[in-house]
Amino acid sequence: MPNERDELTGTETTGHEWDGIQELNTPLPRWWLYILYACILFSVVYWVLYPAWPWINDYSRGVLGWSRHVELNEEIEEAKAYRAQFVSRIEAASVSEIAADRELLQFTLAGGRSAFALNCSQCHGAGAQGGVGYPNLGDDAWIWGGSLEALESTIRYGIRSEHDETRDMAMPAFKSDEVLDDAEINDVAEFILSLSDSAGDASAAERGAAVYVENCSVCHGESGEGMHENGAPRLSDFIWLYGGNKADVVETISFSRGGVMPAWEGRLDEATIKQLAVYVHSLGGGE
Amino acid sequence: MSFHKKLERNSLLMLVCIILVVAIGGIVEIVPLFTIESTIKQVKGVRPYSPLELAGRNIYIREGCYVCHSQMIRAFRDEVERYGPYSLAAESMYDHPFQWGSKRTGPDLARVGGKYSNEWHVEHFLDPRELVPESVMPPYSFMADADLDYEDMAAHLKTNRHVGVPYTDEMVAYAVADVEAQVDPDGDIEGLMARYPKAVVANFDGDSSRITEMDALIAYLQMLGTLVDFTGTSAAQPDGED
Repeated sequence: MPNERDELTGTETTGHEWDGIQELNTPLPRWWLYILYACILFSVVYWVLYPAWPWINDYSRGVLGWSRHVELNEEIEEAKAYRAQFVSRIEAASVSEIAADRELLQFTLAGGRSAFALNCSQCHGAGAQGGVGYPNLGDDAWIWGGSLEALESTIRYGIRSEHDETRDMAMPAFKSDEVLDDAEINDVAEFILSLSDSAGDASAAERGAAVYVENCSVCHGESGEGMHENGAPRLSDFIWLYGGNKADVVETISFSRGGVMPAWEGRLDEATIKQLAVYVHSLGGGE
Repeated sequence: MSFHKKLERNSLLMLVCIILVVAIGGIVEIVPLFTIESTIKQVKGVRPYSPLELAGRNIYIREGCYVCHSQMIRAFRDEVERYGPYSLAAESMYDHPFQWGSKRTGPDLARVGGKYSNEWHVEHFLDPRELVPESVMPPYSFMADADLDYEDMAAHLKTNRHVGVPYTDEMVAYAVADVEAQVDPDGDIEGLMARYPKAVVANFDGDSSRITEMDALIAYLQMLGTLVDFTGTSAAQPDGED
């Protein structure tokens, strides 16, 4: 028995009636229904082509044999193959040869930038600006040298790292090693500050000069110019790794610092280490 | 009368049909779990968490680290090149609950183990912006002052054993001792290393006078993703995977 049609809309009703109120049996919109059917059809095609159903010990692999892992390997191999033309040249060349080769330099800097963001920026800062205890790599103050070769060596072997060839010089802790007493430390701190015209107490600085010559000048140089081979920072500029307040300087002299940079050999491949050296060198302060 | 009308007017028939439909949905979800032993490929090296790592993991969950950090390197080239080999199911087989996460406000942590020094982690937890000025991570300096509550680690191990983590009786018995051993590089760590190979032993927070939550959390971070040996395999394709 067909249901009644509603007079106003002409649509069939469901046949339900509550106190004279009837419910329209409006059909689903066609466009909606066809999309639903299309989706069902799509899913069937998908099941056939792609991995879809779990079996007991396996799964339906689909006639295309597609696998994300296989595809990923292909993508990586493809990228490697493309890079190989540059990477093999980087591996064969020295850092200064790379810097002299315009085309190679372009690739090297791009790779170095991304490797820096991934591995170095956490300590040295995204813009290589450094921070307390982590040197700024964009200025021309270098502790262990800012030449291409020195940078490569620092990156490869680290500073006070676990690598056998690490850069490894430690400043004595003049207070805890009982080399200097508090007064002497105060004086030499004033003298060191006076090298950059920041001393607050001229007479103490004068007294500190003798202490400096005896204890500090071997590594930091007679006029505080620093020495790369000892990893001794220049003291006569306004750049301070651990702060240039008197209290910071006294703390450094008293207890030493000894920051550590990891050795990247073994963690990063040859080409990446060289890319990083060239990239850091390009940041503005390379010697 | 159409079938639908019959269904709507016969509550018993409706009930049977509902049960039928829900059962299909349930079976599709549940049956694959019965074959989980054979679907998760075993990978060499994965072991249960050491008690200290487990305590750190509990803090990781307590602080909601998973809200901003995922532990799931997906099989895409950009992820593999940045974070390392893609995550394997077996690597989180002892995670209850897993920490794959669903959002990355911070970086993925699945292979953060060994990437930074302990000192870096301490400084970073004390004030993330000191090291990474553009970071939006909140500081967790209180963890350096919070003594780790590890007296009940044996119970944690037992609970994990109930849900399938193969902690032995020996591991449970040494739970508290192993926490203490893992933060003391000068002590006797032979037993600890035998029970939990590749465990990182260090005075993680730099304060040897006590064991803090910072110790535990850093111990956990330093082992993440380090258990499976990927050397000698292609970057994206570790042993035992096809």
